[in-house]
Amino acid sequence: MMRCWVYGDDVNTDVIFPGKYTYTLKTPEEIAAKALEDLDPNFARHVRPGDVMVAGRNWGCGSSREQAVTALKYAGIQLIIAASFNGLYFRNCINQGIRPVVNDKLYQILKTGDVIEIIDGAIHAKGQIFPIPPLSPSVQAIIDAGGLVPMLRQRFGGVR
Amino acid sequence: MSGFTFAEKALARAAGIPTARAGDVLDITPDLIFSHDNTAAIRRIFAEIGATHITRPERIAITLDHAVPAPTTQHAQNHAEIREWVKAQGIKRFFEVGRGICHQVISEEALILPGEVIFGSDSHSTHFGWLGAFGMGVGRTEMASLWATGQLWLRVPESMRIKLTGKPQVGVTAKDIALHIIGCWSTSGAAYRSVEFTGDTIQFLSLDERAVLPNMMAEFGAMNAYLPPDEAVFTYLEAKRTRDYTPIYPDEDATYEADYAISVDALEPLIALPHQPDNVVGVSDVVGEPVQQAFLGTCTNGRYEDLEAAATVLKGRQVRIRMIVIPASSQVLLRAMQSGVLQTLIEAGATIATPGCGPCMGNHMGIPAPAEATISSANRNFKGRMGTADAMTYLANPYVVAASAITGVLTDPREFLA
Ligand code: SF4
Repeated sequence: MMRCWVYGDDVNTDVIFPGKYTYTLKTPEEIAAKALEDLDPNFARHVRPGDVMVAGRNWGCGSSREQAVTALKYAGIQLIIAASFNGLYFRNCINQGIRPVVNDKLYQILKTGDVIEIIDGAIHAKGQIFPIPPLSPSVQAIIDAGGLVPMLRQRFGGVR
Repeated sequence: MSGFTFAEKALARAAGIPTARAGDVLDITPDLIFSHDNTAAIRRIFAEIGATHITRPERIAITLDHAVPAPTTQHAQNHAEIREWVKAQGIKRFFEVGRGICHQVISEEALILPGEVIFGSDSHSTHFGWLGAFGMGVGRTEMASLWATGQLWLRVPESMRIKLTGKPQVGVTAKDIALHIIGCWSTSGAAYRSVEFTGDTIQFLSLDERAVLPNMMAEFGAMNAYLPPDEAVFTYLEAKRTRDYTPIYPDEDATYEADYAISVDALEPLIALPHQPDNVVGVSDVVGEPVQQAFLGTCTNGRYEDLEAAATVLKGRQVRIRMIVIPASSQVLLRAMQSGVLQTLIEAGATIATPGCGPCMGNHMGIPAPAEATISSANRNFKGRMGTADAMTYLANPYVVAASAITGVLTDPREFLA
């Protein structure tokens, strides 16, 4: 069971992670504590590992700072469902090991606090079933490894 | 079934598959990748992931251009590391200090061709749309990954089409068309789409001018930008290219998420006011604002015709403020020398610096004092971009830069062109 946080269209990276913190905050905990600060102060206070984001069109638009993805990741989000993603944000998700799912129905039928389940590669929500569109195997491999750098480290034998 | 956009066709080709649609995620093998002074930083990520050899060194270009000649010991050390790395990896397409700005040099050397895909660790990699290639900027981690694997995953972007019709008036250039687009629809107007140009204006633009459009679409938020290549492009490439190519054109009935039309006949010279490239007004609205420095150069407007345009305005006149001219490449410099353009500029009181990025991103060779204003032919004027947070940068075409250098205030160049 995964709890949902549901938002609308055109949520930009400034409200997902304020620009003023990009050079000052360093630890995952500090960064996670500012996630969605200017959109929904409840989010950082109450988010739990395993929760999912559900949003409308153009999620992550605006300046594409990587922390707008890592802030959610550090807050425990592993899956972001949106009607559409800003292109750079989508790339950042994959490279940081977060699974983006394009689906334009879920944000209309779900409310914050609702729960969904993933069974056999499909999202079960409100008695309906939504298949998750597969990613190409190479992109899925990046997600599975936890991001681009960890994946390449596995493959090439690098160490931290 | 609807037709395909340029992006869909070019990325399908580079993924080695028959067709692709917006939204598909593909593994792309680019025809060329490049980096510049950031190569040493990429090398460190490359080492961190444990890779040792670049997979296709013959498809890599590296330029030293962002801070050249080295302004500090640190910059010099960075360049030294890059030279050593280039040698160790057997990279042949390495361009030394003074050869020019990455986008210009790669274009001059015909290292990328119509229909091909090029990724650079530089946000203005959209530039290569001028010759009908798919150019995209990537992050340093992604470049390290490209070195290691030769491939990068990519989600095929949605596209938007911009139809340009008519001919710009005297004193109005492709720069003004770009500023107009960004001014109308903002710096995020392209929403990371493929921006595909069409219309009869393109054939009226010289090759030097064409490059301005896709270059500045980075300021429009584009993933890539494309101009349909024609005979002029093919002729330019013919003497230099080292491989065959097949140009790619979008289908008439391709799916575009947005379709804009712009008539360029009535455009006037435009200016982007501090501190946003989309803060655009007509020059006539701001005539008389004082400026203390004029800067002509960069990958946007440092080509031969840009220097020539400035010379047209400056011929027989004197600049009243300091004017820094930085040719985009050694070839531009050479041509300007041979044609006499350089002499005109120097006689007018301008100074000439080493081909490269110069003060564009605030490294050296023209950093403004606090509270000073610069009229610049560059592409970005974000706060602090030129190295001083309290300085102001106005963006405009080379005619406006030269005219304002003569008067010391923002000036409509058409009064000097009559
Ligand atoms: S000239 Fe300016 S915009 Fe162009 S590559 Fe150099 S720093 Fe970037």
